[in-house]
Amino acid sequence: MLVLSITASIFLIVGGLLLYALIRFRHRSTDSDREPPQIYGSDQIELAWTVIPILIVVMLFLSTARVILGTERISKPTSALDVTVIGHQFWWEYRYPKFGVVTANELHVPTSDPGNPTPTYLKMSSADVSHSFWVPRLAGKMDLIPNRVNTMWIDPEQPGLYLGQCAQYCGTQHAKMLLRVYAQTPEDFAAWIKQQQKSASQDLSSNTAAVEGQTVFLHNACINCHTVAGTIATGRFGPDLTHLASRDTLASGPIQNTPENLKNWISDPNSMKPGALMPSMHLSGHDLDAVTAYLITLH
Amino acid sequence: MANATPVMEAIDETLAGKRPVFEVVYEWATTVDHKKIGLMYIFLALIFLIVAGIEAILMRIQLAVPNNHFISPQVFNQLFTMHGTTMVFFMGMPILFGFGNYLVPLMIGARDMAFPRLNAFSFWISAFGGLLLYFSYFGASGLYGAGSAPDVGWFAYAPLTAKVFSPGHSTDYWTLSLLLSGIGTIGTALNIVTTTICMRCRGMTMMRLPLLVWLFLITSCMVFIAIGPLTAAQIMLTLDRYIGAHFFDTQAGGSAVLWMHYFWIFGHPEVYILVLPAFAFVNEIVPVFSRKAIFGYPAMVAATVAIGFISLSVWAHHMFTVGLGAAGNTFFVFATMVISVPTGIKIFNWLATIWGGKIHFATPMIFCVGFLFQFLIAGLTGIMLSAAPFDWQLSASYFVVAHFHYVLVGAIVFALFAAFYYWYPKVTGRMMSETLGKWHFWLFLIGFHLTFDFMHVPGLLGMPRRIYTYEAGRGWEMWNLIVGIGAIFQVVGTVCFIFNLIRSCFRGEIAGHDPWDAWTLEWATPSPPPSYNFAIEPTVHSRRPLWDLKHPEDPDSDYE
Repeated sequence: MLVLSITASIFLIVGGLLLYALIRFRHRSTDSDREPPQIYGSDQIELAWTVIPILIVVMLFLSTARVILGTERISKPTSALDVTVIGHQFWWEYRYPKFGVVTANELHVPTSDPGNPTPTYLKMSSADVSHSFWVPRLAGKMDLIPNRVNTMWIDPEQPGLYLGQCAQYCGTQHAKMLLRVYAQTPEDFAAWIKQQQKSASQDLSSNTAAVEGQTVFLHNACINCHTVAGTIATGRFGPDLTHLASRDTLASGPIQNTPENLKNWISDPNSMKPGALMPSMHLSGHDLDAVTAYLITLH
Repeated sequence: MANATPVMEAIDETLAGKRPVFEVVYEWATTVDHKKIGLMYIFLALIFLIVAGIEAILMRIQLAVPNNHFISPQVFNQLFTMHGTTMVFFMGMPILFGFGNYLVPLMIGARDMAFPRLNAFSFWISAFGGLLLYFSYFGASGLYGAGSAPDVGWFAYAPLTAKVFSPGHSTDYWTLSLLLSGIGTIGTALNIVTTTICMRCRGMTMMRLPLLVWLFLITSCMVFIAIGPLTAAQIMLTLDRYIGAHFFDTQAGGSAVLWMHYFWIFGHPEVYILVLPAFAFVNEIVPVFSRKAIFGYPAMVAATVAIGFISLSVWAHHMFTVGLGAAGNTFFVFATMVISVPTGIKIFNWLATIWGGKIHFATPMIFCVGFLFQFLIAGLTGIMLSAAPFDWQLSASYFVVAHFHYVLVGAIVFALFAAFYYWYPKVTGRMMSETLGKWHFWLFLIGFHLTFDFMHVPGLLGMPRRIYTYEAGRGWEMWNLIVGIGAIFQVVGTVCFIFNLIRSCFRGEIAGHDPWDAWTLEWATPSPPPSYNFAIEPTVHSRRPLWDLKHPEDPDSDYE
């Protein structure tokens, strides 16, 4: 705010003087042909408009430095939640080491209140190229850079959905690497964690299409990239699908998670998100239906 | 002779069948005359201005409405990469060096550059660099064997440029074209420095140099320091891509941050390399149309030198979100803020130059007025961005895009247009049309403000840059539409300008040797100047030699 008010007042003063000079000293047709008096400079005036800006700059600098150093010094409360964020082309991986939960694209965090703060500390890195985590209403941005761990924290006070997206150009689908942060009350968050901790390999015997879909899933290249906890699928390259059906969106945000969209996504990811790194699996219509039937059971 | 440009002469003679085309082309291709080389630089830059402008328009059409399918993400990413690279390396630098080439020897009373052949070589290698960049559309093996333009951004952050993430050869075209043009840039800078130091006419002491020459001198010195790291980085990247050197290849333990340091050690001084020549034009034009000497000449020189030095220590303000730590960030905040002091001195001195003058609002001057206001705003949003906490929120958003286009278009392009209108009569012997000039100014001014004022808003609302499309409902639609409409105004303004350039070449009023009643040495030569510039080497006694001649009762030399 200080920065804004200082720059705004400089603009008004200097801009106003310029405007005044341009109007006051314009050439009029009634003027004589004589050149105006030539003034070559003035040491006092020039000294004044060197020293005053220096003072303003020093003031701005000190206030900025206080914010920067202050941000770094804030100590981490014991109630803080740790989350590891890993950027991928073009999706987000979230790991909750304390709870053994791994999820993708939709970050759930508890709300924090000033009396009993539970900020979420994000440890961020990248699996491939540089990305940047930016949810404007929660915090500034922080880059995710390979071979490097950056940290930042967020502490939303109001429950709700906070939108953001990758802010560092990361390749073809940079535009659709969206971020969704769900801030939940501590109770809702605990319930969500509990649900995410459940194994997804529940009994499917009553649902023949899903059983068949699971077989298709486990016998295709899907498992090279995706994990479904409790099965032999332990791929790390793509998002963890253990609780896929509990998410609102597909493909890191741009697509609603409906069975219809899911099916289209599996059959041709590049038509929904050109440049996405998931290949088309060329499944037959029957297999496609079965896999979809299986995936929508993964709550 | 006095009424015709060299270009027109050549066209006329060719059309009349007096000289075969081949002979004319051969003459221009082999020329070592600094004026012809300067004109070729400017011509080349105008071509690239049109190309990069078309790229910008395509992007604005794509972004005008949400979820647009006008162009694919791949094409969009190529467009912003090519737009940025072209505008910085093949429009900005050539056009400024074109003016430098043309004006510096004339203004210091020299007959040519110190190294005429090096000068020609520099031009041609820069031109071939530009051609190579665009040849990627045909020559690079894209993913499926088709040609493809580079799509890694003009900043080409590692490791996106590594072979794994950028297969094919498009990135190689990018690195090689910048390597070539970098060689040309260094050659020209060397030439300008040597010419300024060694070839001044009698009486032209350093403190009597026209400010334009001072600014080109400092710019050229900065080129030496800045282009080196860029060239080194391009070589390292090429080694990474061809022989697996792993400087920037993070998959093999290389460092992504190292590239950022190299790139911005070049990249930030580059901003000043582009903006100092723009200051140079304003320094010449504002006094002439205010009918006053520049206020505080020594302070202007000192401020320029200070900007030159400080600009070399601000690069990491592009990296506030990289996690460099509080100590590093704090240092670069300070360096960045401090640069506003010498820049402020310049603005105040221009203000004082206008103060008490008799301002003539001819086209060159109104463009300078646009420059003054827009540069003021650009500088102030720059101070805002220099505060790191502010930058954590707004870096890589449209706020930054708006800010630097305020510098690059609002300041540099406006100063360039002013320079075109101001020196056109010297180069061609004819005036540009004032009516068309005013149309150009107002259309471009409205377009500029519609585009770049409103671009700040989606940035504040969380719109990141370099995205090819966006969802409806985030409050960005209206602003992007306005920005798109502004871009169209700018195009129409630019068309007026180009039409004016061509038309005035044939129909413009005859200018005479000094149409603006100006004071520097180039106006003492005929328009256009003969190939040897000065029949007799001039002798000067002050900063404004022609003032002394015109006002023998009150010569400038008494006040220095």
